[in-house]
Amino acid sequence: MLDFPRWKQAWLWFVTLACALAALPSIFSVAGLAWPAALPDPKVNLGLDLAGGSHILLEANADQVRRQRLETMEEDVRNRLRQAEPQIRIGDISTKDGSVTFMVADPAQVDAAREQLQTLTSGAQLTGQRDWDLQVLDGNRVVMTPTEAGVRQAINQAMDTATEVVRKRIDALGTREPTIIRQGADRIVVQVPGLKDPTALKNLLGQTAKLEFKLVDQAALPSELAQGIVPPGDELVPYADATKGTAPIAVKRLGGIKGDSLTNAQASNDDRTNAAVVNITFDQQGGAKFARLTTENVGKPFAIILDGKVLSAPVIEEPILGGTARISGSFNTESANQLAIALRSGALPVDLKVVEERSVGPDLGADSIRKGMIALGVGTLALMVFMLMTYGHFGIYTNAALILNTLMILGIMAMVNTTLTLPGIAGFVLTIGAAVDANVLINERIREERARGRRVVQAVEMGYKEASRAIFDANITNVIAAALMFFFGSGPVKGFAVVLAIGIATSVFTAVTLTRMWVANWLRKARPTDLAL
Amino acid sequence: MKLLKLVPDNTDIKFLRWRVPFYIISLVLMATSLTLVLTRGLNLGVDFVGGQMIRVTFVQTPAAPVAELRETVGKLGYGEPIIQQFGKPNEISIRMKLPEGSDHDAGLADQMARKITAAVKAGHPDARIDGVDSVSGKVSGELFKTGMIALGLAMVAISIYIWIRFEWQFGVGALFSLVHDVTLTLGLFALTQLEFDLNIVAALLTLIGYSLNDTIVVYDRIRENLKKYRRMPLPELLDLSVNETLSRTIVTSLSVLITLLALLLLGPDVIFGFTAAITLGIFVGTYSSIYMAAPILIWLKVTSASFVPTESAVERQERMARERS
Repeated sequence: MLDFPRWKQAWLWFVTLACALAALPSIFSVAGLAWPAALPDPKVNLGLDLAGGSHILLEANADQVRRQRLETMEEDVRNRLRQAEPQIRIGDISTKDGSVTFMVADPAQVDAAREQLQTLTSGAQLTGQRDWDLQVLDGNRVVMTPTEAGVRQAINQAMDTATEVVRKRIDALGTREPTIIRQGADRIVVQVPGLKDPTALKNLLGQTAKLEFKLVDQAALPSELAQGIVPPGDELVPYADATKGTAPIAVKRLGGIKGDSLTNAQASNDDRTNAAVVNITFDQQGGAKFARLTTENVGKPFAIILDGKVLSAPVIEEPILGGTARISGSFNTESANQLAIALRSGALPVDLKVVEERSVGPDLGADSIRKGMIALGVGTLALMVFMLMTYGHFGIYTNAALILNTLMILGIMAMVNTTLTLPGIAGFVLTIGAAVDANVLINERIREERARGRRVVQAVEMGYKEASRAIFDANITNVIAAALMFFFGSGPVKGFAVVLAIGIATSVFTAVTLTRMWVANWLRKARPTDLAL
Repeated sequence: MKLLKLVPDNTDIKFLRWRVPFYIISLVLMATSLTLVLTRGLNLGVDFVGGQMIRVTFVQTPAAPVAELRETVGKLGYGEPIIQQFGKPNEISIRMKLPEGSDHDAGLADQMARKITAAVKAGHPDARIDGVDSVSGKVSGELFKTGMIALGLAMVAISIYIWIRFEWQFGVGALFSLVHDVTLTLGLFALTQLEFDLNIVAALLTLIGYSLNDTIVVYDRIRENLKKYRRMPLPELLDLSVNETLSRTIVTSLSVLITLLALLLLGPDVIFGFTAAITLGIFVGTYSSIYMAAPILIWLKVTSASFVPTESAVERQERMARERS
């Protein structure tokens, strides 16, 4: 047990110093000192709760994806069967109860209709399963139900697109080092460090930015609308700016165009009124559609609708042929800018809601680091005094192990690039306290063996050997607890678990292996006949 | 230099003499804790019930206008906020749980946070928002579930490990003392109505690890003594083992307490509850290792024979060597 050949000693020192040196850049950085640029600088990442920043969990509305899919299918079915040769006439089409249902007017055409629809319901990719089930009831009633596989795939695609859009928007804000990760079936995690005010970010991410241009139904009677009677083929859309007290207006459901074919969007100010506006530029196809819509409807009002709310409903004074348009509404400079970013990055395919937020301001984070470091320093110092008083000469070894342990934990955290969180600091302090347990066990055991009359070398040897068993068992149980915290915990708790796990490994190394080497060297050199313990 | 000796050598305290009264006290405390948790309930934080919490510092005001804020925020229609000071008098947290039966609205917690933040900022230009936590009903339910699963799994997994390394009686004893520690801590949270959040679950897991540390040291000595003193009556043997490890128990507990005290008094205010829970757990854990984990071995009828069939050749040699010396 006390046999340490030179190569082993060299190897242990090498491991210890390599790990401990890796801690230096982090210590320099916290102390505000400059680290030589020529040297490698592994650093411990500070978690958002220390560095300041926002952790935002976004959740998609999966029901919306289902609903949109049904609506798209309804429109596809209408178009496909109308364009079929010969035309297949249908009626009573609806999207109730999660399926698209309609009647084929001529029962003889049911098979033809089915054939046409086959092409609309291609298989869900890769799975080989169909994405829609097609059934014919009572001879001529066709029921199309989306399959689970199909819905899953649709949600998956929507989430991929949404993640991409979120990334573009955050990049447009110019924040540094954001983390954007898809999580589970319908969630996205966004982590942005060093943000002063997360509200702007949340506003931007929460905006679906679905832009539509629809014709206003001038024939609709305001009195009927007020009673909730909507003319067939119309839909009621409320104004975005509710303070105006304007009633919702009726717009035509079909025949509008969508604003998803934009090449650019910029915030600017109106020349005359100086109000904030957003200038948009369509791509070629969208521009052509927009030109046709405005040419055919000169003199009529059309509504500019954003996320289901009317921004404004101006009268088309002349055809707009240049492929650009100007959106006005009740914007201020900030909201116009935000809309421009949202439009440039594209609409979200599905609404996202913030279901969890953890934001910490930079001041609070800095305060936590400062207080954490003070507690760590004072705690360690007090502990070292206690150890020295209790174990004298052996206390020096314990304390040396303690300092190296602290450095090694930091160094390993820097090397494997883990993140130090606020509970992580607590874990750090606690680990320091618990790490001396191994030395306490060993020292107490040596004391006991001496009391039983063993000679010095034998007592030390027995002390390390007998204590090691309990140390091993105790640390394994702590590893189990740390592992479960890591797998089940959320961000900060995970940080705590990581520190705990690294601390367990290093404390066994420093408290058992290193001190044993030192004690062995001392025994060989000093050849003591008695131990002051 | 004269060394500090907290525990004299060769103590012979009859710990186990009081095992029945202590067991009764502990069982009563456990039952009380359970009743408290069931009737009074835990003061679950926004992590587990959903809602929002913001931390505000009033930069240019010596003390936060708590009464006025309570009225302003109360007017928003979400209910009565819980406003607490933490750290300095101008630093407060404003907590608001989700109203009952609003779990279906995924964005409500975020809306509450926005409105409350806006209301505070509108009335106080010097208000600095230091932190925002908002958790929706669904997410909070998931957090609670995974937290409880982690706690349960930790207790079971650790007990299984002890069972493998020792004997089944030791596994049962370890599990019982863990249940004891966790129940008592939960009871204290129910009694004081301190906020129970995600960090407290981490604290409980830490406490489980620590308490077990203690139990294992005592158990390890019991195992050793069982092999060494074949004919010693069990209560006497347990007392001997506890006494032999007493010095270590005291020194280690003090070491951990020293660092925890530094953290409690000087550390970040945000994790005060977390540190307090662990500190409390140290006392409960140390007590349970001696009075819960050890005596149960008597009732579960552990004998030296438990270890004879599993004694390996190496251990046998060790024993022979010891017996010879």
